[in-house]
Amino acid sequence: MSQLQPYVDRKVTVVMGDGRVVVGTLRGLDQTTNIIMQGCQERVFSEDEGVEVVDLGLYLVRGDNIALIGLMDEEADAAIDLDNLKAAPLPAVRH
Amino acid sequence: MLFYSFFKTQVGQQVTVELKNDLAIQGVLESVDQFLNIKLRDIHVVDPERYPHMLSIKNCFIRGSVVRYVQLSPSTVDTALLQDAARREAQSTQQMNQAKPNVAQA
Repeated sequence: MSQLQPYVDRKVTVVMGDGRVVVGTLRGLDQTTNIIMQGCQERVFSEDEGVEVVDLGLYLVRGDNIALIGLMDEEADAAIDLDNLKAAPLPAVRH
Repeated sequence: MLFYSFFKTQVGQQVTVELKNDLAIQGVLESVDQFLNIKLRDIHVVDPERYPHMLSIKNCFIRGSVVRYVQLSPSTVDTALLQDAARREAQSTQQMNQAKPNVAQA
């Protein structure tokens, strides 16, 4: 059925239309890519300091605002030193 | 439907998808659906220095509405066949409009 079904109950990174990056556990979705994520954390990237992690909790995101959903490799993610990772925030989607 | 069918023939090929946020992602095309949502596996971002946001991602789902380009290897595309299929699709659309002229005007 849905291409996203195998991602349910897995840890995912969602890139939003405005460039925000949110990490959480995918709990549900529908055919228009509306999604429900649990235990969300936003990762705020900046060029001057490391990545700031902000707790958000439960999120329901409308499909229109989703650019990409990535299945996370949790081992690889744990190996990343977020405190010293500096990068410009992702640009917003321009249709 | 033609492009959906076309992308289905590309499953398993190495492709580069450029998004409307300028991110370019290379990976193996795993699947595509009617909205041209794309699933890729074994991905890497084309400019990882600038975009380290997705370092821990190996598989991803890209929403069809944010895709700007899909770059394909020319050797995997039979352009003559594609041209022919496009012509046939255009023809059948035209025939359908002639059969229901009111619908075509609306």
